[in-house]
Amino acid sequence: MHPFRLVTYNLSKAYNGEILWSGLNLVWESGHIYCLMGASGAGKTTLFRILLGLEKPDEGTFSLEPPPQSRLTAVFQENRLCEEFSPLENVLLVMGKTSDRERVAFELSRLLPRESIARPVNTLSGGMKRRVAIVRSLLAPSCGILMDEPFTGLDEETRRQVIRYVKEKIGDRLLVVATHQEEEVKELGGILIRPF
Amino acid sequence: MFKAFSLRKAGILLFWAAVWQLAALFVGNSIVFVGPIEVGGALFGLIPTFSFWQSVGCSLGKISMGFLAAFVCGIGVGSIAYGCRMFREFLEPVVLLMKSIPVASFVILALIWIGSKNLAVFISFLVVFPILYVNTIAGLESMDQRLLEMARVFSVGFCGRLRCICLPALLPYLASGCRVALGMAWKSGIAAEVIGVPSHTIGENLYMAKIYLSTAELFAWTLVVIVVSAFFEKIFLVLLEKGVRLCIRFA
Repeated sequence: MHPFRLVTYNLSKAYNGEILWSGLNLVWESGHIYCLMGASGAGKTTLFRILLGLEKPDEGTFSLEPPPQSRLTAVFQENRLCEEFSPLENVLLVMGKTSDRERVAFELSRLLPRESIARPVNTLSGGMKRRVAIVRSLLAPSCGILMDEPFTGLDEETRRQVIRYVKEKIGDRLLVVATHQEEEVKELGGILIRPF
Repeated sequence: MFKAFSLRKAGILLFWAAVWQLAALFVGNSIVFVGPIEVGGALFGLIPTFSFWQSVGCSLGKISMGFLAAFVCGIGVGSIAYGCRMFREFLEPVVLLMKSIPVASFVILALIWIGSKNLAVFISFLVVFPILYVNTIAGLESMDQRLLEMARVFSVGFCGRLRCICLPALLPYLASGCRVALGMAWKSGIAAEVIGVPSHTIGENLYMAKIYLSTAELFAWTLVVIVVSAFFEKIFLVLLEKGVRLCIRFA
């Protein structure tokens, strides 16, 4: 993948007349891990939604320079999995034509017990679902991933394991993690930013 | 547990059959009211005849043809209406009209337009279409918006969205819609046949039973309608569930 930069120009957003943030100028480079910190309700999720194209900013623009081949994907604040389908099917769903069943099953089994991979998601625990959402975002073709509090609901040991996995899989893509824990910033070895 | 349950059920049924028979004995007039024994007798007289099976087959064929056509159109048009607000508003008065015009008026209109031969097809279509149309829209509206956003972010294709988001949301609405629509299709289809009296149909037989004041046959045919429509409903719902699950697996 060619290196690229995600740049925002004077991005502003208000909700019900209350300004979330204004004049946001950020430069994020691929191949780096950024940890986005800010108080609850500061607008981290909204910023991600704008960058994913799900919402429009009130003012300003952003761009990927030079435009990469693939797009940004995400771990949402909620898991957003198809509950009646297995983790395997959930991941295959976003893989498009590149899907390789064996490989996906292998990757899932690195973070989840093997027997859980073919069960419907609605029979899994919250922490297991979270891990499925994380694997999904990492395996889907993308140039970068925005993760919104991805490690909530994971116990300490699992979290370390997941963070190791994320760091291994992210490669030269861009990773932005919204978090509340200074500890996670350290473990990820990310660049701490407090833009708001 | 199951045995005790079915035993109790059988007991309840027997009790009501006895009440029915007693009532018939009390009335003592086979034109006004007949008991289960006479109805059973009439039924056993009908079953071996060719014209019985011809009538059942004809009515079943026509009503299910109308139902299936409405099923396909209801889902198709409903899906378009979900996607296109203009189209939906445009159709709204028509659907409202279809829902609120009494079946009897439709029957008479249909008799003038298309005659009695395919009356039941037309009437069951008219009754079923709005139910499935409305349920399709409701089912699609019940889709999880957050999942749709996810599909957008991950560029999931049309087939994937259909399989993993649309169909699971649609299935319960379709099943409950069909349950209502099937009962309605039978009741209105038979009513139409009684008014139009197309030959070799259940409706015609009901009408004849009225002409000849043969209350036992009237009851017997009614029983046949109940049984056939219950079977049809069971089979169709199982097929629907299986069909959709199959689509979800392999689409």
